[in-house]
Amino acid sequence: MSYLMRFGRFWWDFVVGDDWRSAALVVVGIGATAAVAASDIPAWWVMPLAVVVVLFVSLRREA
Amino acid sequence: MTTAGFLVLSAFLASAVEGVEALTIVLASGVARGWRSSLTGVGAAVVALAVIVAALGPALTVVPIDALRLVVGGLLLAFGLQWLRKAILRASGFKALHDEDELFATELANARTAEHVERAGVDWYGFTLSFKGVLLEGLEVVFIVLTFGSTQGSIALAALGAGAAIVVVAGLGVLVKAPLARVPENTLKFAVGVMLTTFGIFWSTEGAGGSWPGSDAALFVVLAFVAATSFGAVALLKRRKRMLLVTAGAGA
Repeated sequence: MSYLMRFGRFWWDFVVGDDWRSAALVVVGIGATAAVAASDIPAWWVMPLAVVVVLFVSLRREA
Repeated sequence: MTTAGFLVLSAFLASAVEGVEALTIVLASGVARGWRSSLTGVGAAVVALAVIVAALGPALTVVPIDALRLVVGGLLLAFGLQWLRKAILRASGFKALHDEDELFATELANARTAEHVERAGVDWYGFTLSFKGVLLEGLEVVFIVLTFGSTQGSIALAALGAGAAIVVVAGLGVLVKAPLARVPENTLKFAVGVMLTTFGIFWSTEGAGGSWPGSDAALFVVLAFVAATSFGAVALLKRRKRMLLVTAGAGA
């Protein structure tokens, strides 16, 4: 494995870890927050809700 | 508690957890391969970490704050939710608890059987074991200090919390000369997971253009929400674990 690939793998494991779906849902949540905020509707509730969904989905798969 | 106090406490707790894990590796390396090699590895890793902080710290301060909060918030959420998920699974019995004594015994056994190769006057295995252990655990501390500090506008405050934790853990390590198995590491990890997730929610929302009712005071409401959600998840999973055990018992 090349040095560059090992470096990339390290950062992937570091930030994303063994559950890429959670990281993907976080990105979706941030996108939804930006979309709601752009439409002049209060957007503070989106990320807390997204976190509950992420936890539910990831815990359900493992327990 | 102010947001600055919350920042220092978060950096302290996260760094203490990583410090305990690094200490276990350094102790195993020192006991099995000699303290000179082990401590040289620690010193080299500390220098490498200082270079990373010195290079990235000033660079982060020139990034526009909204962009920084968006990226840092997202990274903290991805990173923090990993901690939180594992902490919830450990607290509810679905994942084995982290055991420093067991980790120490494994590292010690590996270090004792490894071949002796001397390079630059030090035992290479002992040096690299300590170096890697401190560098990898330290990178998590650096990540937390830089992200927390730059987003909240004070890397020095976050570094203060992290530095205090390292001094406390290293001091305890010198006194005890054994892995800090009595430190409630899983409880600390649970608390750090809650804090990382809280900061991640707060900053990613602000970075994406949202604003919090009550401004910075909302951070504590978010903290209470994440803590309540996490404790609720632990309670639900504990009940599920009991049901699974009862079902397994009835089937046996």
